[in-house]
Amino acid sequence: MTDPAGWLKMMQQGPVSIVELVDKKILDEAHIAEIGERLYALVAESAQPRIVLDFVNVAHMSSSALGMLITLHKRVRDKEGVLRLCNIRPSIHEVFEITRLTEVFGIRATREEAIREAASS
Amino acid sequence: MEAARGLAEEVLGRAEAQGYGPEVCFAIRLALEEALSNAIRHGNRFDANKKITVSSCVGAEQAAITVTDEGKGFDPGEVPDPTVDENLEKPSGRGIMLMRAYMDEVMYNEAGNEVRMLKHKSGDGK
Repeated sequence: MTDPAGWLKMMQQGPVSIVELVDKKILDEAHIAEIGERLYALVAESAQPRIVLDFVNVAHMSSSALGMLITLHKRVRDKEGVLRLCNIRPSIHEVFEITRLTEVFGIRATREEAIREAASS
Repeated sequence: MEAARGLAEEVLGRAEAQGYGPEVCFAIRLALEEALSNAIRHGNRFDANKKITVSSCVGAEQAAITVTDEGKGFDPGEVPDPTVDENLEKPSGRGIMLMRAYMDEVMYNEAGNEVRMLKHKSGDGK
């Protein structure tokens, strides 16, 4: 399933919601705000959200996108859910490292690993 | 912001044409996006009547980019470090530190409404 704006590809595997970010560049503030709203809605709809966010297509990301992810992480945590990020390419991973956000987010190399963990945590 | 994004693409296009490597181009794009975002959001406070001025010189050895807004400026020394424990989960405040991490030089004018960034072509990405 693709969301109406086409920025997210969403699928369900058991209890885990898998969301693939479609765009190569997640830079524009309005774009980031809309992605955020869609993801926050996903958290709001679930009693205990289990979300895997797949970055396979993402080559560029701004600090505004990091801010949106932090808000998402907090909302998931407030509902005792699980959020895992996966398929982050090295250049983007470095942005997470520099900002020390590798210590905040659960980042896994592959989608399979992220789903396994999100399902069982 | 659309016009600003067009400018960013133009600067990147020139850097690529000059043979700047992908890591250096990644760094320039990231820093320029953060500088533009700060200028629009914190500088001009989304006032559509205020301008952002971008000047760039992409040379054979280095790229220099200046972004100026029409805001009242700020003291970059007063921006809290986003990587200390108590700020780690704050949703904003990472733009300047990313600019500093990825560019070789980041300098503000005295008023704090203009940032000048420099990146060497031979840079290692950060």
